Amino acid sequence: MATRRGVLTGAFFALLALAAVAPMLTGVAKFPQWLEIVLGGLMSGVLYSLVALGLVLIFKASGVFNFAQGAMVLFAALCLVRLMERMPFVVALALVLAIMVALAWLVERLVLRPLVNQEGIVLFMATLGVAYFLDGFGQLAMGSDVYTLDVGMPKEPKILFESTFEGGILVSTEDVIAALIAAVLVAALAFFFQKTATGRALRAVADDHQAAQSIGIPLNRIWVIVWSVAGLVALVAGVVWGSKLGVQFSLQQVALKALPVVILGGFTSIPGAIVGGLIIGLGEKLSEVYVGPFFGGGIENWFAYVLALVFLLFRPEGLFGERHIDRV
Amino acid sequence: MSFDEARLAVAARTLGEPILALEGVSLAFGGVKALSDVSFDVREHEIRAIIGPNGAGKSSLLNVINGVYRPHAGRITFRGETHHHMEPRRAAERGIARTFQSLALFKGMSVLENILAGRNLLMKSSLFLQALRVGPALAEEIAHRQRVEEIIDFLEIQHVRKTPVGRLPYGLQKRVDLGRALAAEPRVLLLDEPMAGMNVEEKQDMSRFILDVNDEFGTTIVLIEHDMGVVMDLSDRVVVLDYGRKIADGTPDEVRASQAVIDAYLGVKH
Repeated sequence: MATRRGVLTGAFFALLALAAVAPMLTGVAKFPQWLEIVLGGLMSGVLYSLVALGLVLIFKASGVFNFAQGAMVLFAALCLVRLMERMPFVVALALVLAIMVALAWLVERLVLRPLVNQEGIVLFMATLGVAYFLDGFGQLAMGSDVYTLDVGMPKEPKILFESTFEGGILVSTEDVIAALIAAVLVAALAFFFQKTATGRALRAVADDHQAAQSIGIPLNRIWVIVWSVAGLVALVAGVVWGSKLGVQFSLQQVALKALPVVILGGFTSIPGAIVGGLIIGLGEKLSEVYVGPFFGGGIENWFAYVLALVFLLFRPEGLFGERHIDRV
Repeated sequence: MSFDEARLAVAARTLGEPILALEGVSLAFGGVKALSDVSFDVREHEIRAIIGPNGAGKSSLLNVINGVYRPHAGRITFRGETHHHMEPRRAAERGIARTFQSLALFKGMSVLENILAGRNLLMKSSLFLQALRVGPALAEEIAHRQRVEEIIDFLEIQHVRKTPVGRLPYGLQKRVDLGRALAAEPRVLLLDEPMAGMNVEEKQDMSRFILDVNDEFGTTIVLIEHDMGVVMDLSDRVVVLDYGRKIADGTPDEVRASQAVIDAYLGVKH
């Protein structure tokens, strides 16, 4: 029932908001401290959203769950960091973008095209292969050290509202810039998908392959475009994450967090990827600080997966995903 | 134009040269023969029906014409070019559009966007210009929108133009499907059971649209339909398939009188 579904979604958000402000209401936390944690959580949520966005784009357009998205983030960041040793940032960035487009083309040619019309699980396994290839090839060609990616983002945190609260609020400038970049990227993607004929063709393929073919949309070219866009998103995520955490293999582990994000938001929803990322980022930071002490800490590492598990049990299509009803 | 007047108009219209011809087309899936040695032609401006019992190979035939299936034998001639098989993209470029038996609309999009998507191949400006919405790209978009609005008026779906198609009732979704095919300004329109699952009133509306398309734009129409009454009223010539073979071909009256057709539909003692 649509109405019951709406009520459930509303109830979920209400519960979430309540849980988020609970530390404040019960007097456990002071407002400025709480606000700092919330902001920090939302910022790391933005980073999860960036990877989740790449997953959703490919899933929508081709029904393929791209396990390699995390590997693409690491690969893009690795390429960038090594190229920047030899050339200025802007040139290196353009070159990496070209590499990601070439990668999209290769994936379409060598992996997707021979497997067209195969089961979803077969294509999923193929992306698993792409992920391992990118890992191995990336480290073989560019080394497996930890690299520092310095793209000139200001590192010093800023203290805001010093006059309003005692001690003010500590905000990381780098995180704010990252959030702004993500917002611009999402707005640009939304414009591209909604307002251009190519975006229309992409949505057409996502909705119905056969009908899209019948009006002359070439599936192969669309797949190259989608994987290129996912490559672009991976590059942006790689730059932001790499400069925050350093470029290293563990980036891929953090990228795995995008999986619970899409389960929460729904595999087919771009707004879902963004909201899901924010909820998980916020949730894990708040629970780490306020609930963590009761469990001896470490909640941040598994919070996202438990939340995703709850969603799989009660709302497998996610918050914004399409419900799949088959005619029998 | 009323339904009966339209029928008279069709009867009075003269047919052109063959625009599409299939020769000896055979198609098999594994060991199952879907089509065996099927030959027929479609003349310009005509309404050509393909009928037959369930599983006779009607939809397969349509899929061969628009390039989704590659036949194992035979040739297809379309607008003077002969090939062993069509490609979906080439078929669309050369002027073949189609509708689908089970609705295959772009569910997330509005009626307007669905029909606009049908003009995909007619859009020429580069991605860069589209994104900026300047100069020729803007003028082009406006021109396309105008044509789409005309189609929406023609199909009498103005009141739902901004509605996501997934929310429309079935009968209207079928009209949007037709609208998307028309938007490509096709030379040949393939209709796969355009009236399946409709009530009498909806069928009459759809028949009227098909006749008007044929009459006003001169579009050649190939149609699969189960409702015998509709087929006999609409079409100029009828192909009858049974178990993948052509068993009759001619005007509605000739086909109706054919013993093979009567046997196929009513069953025959062996």
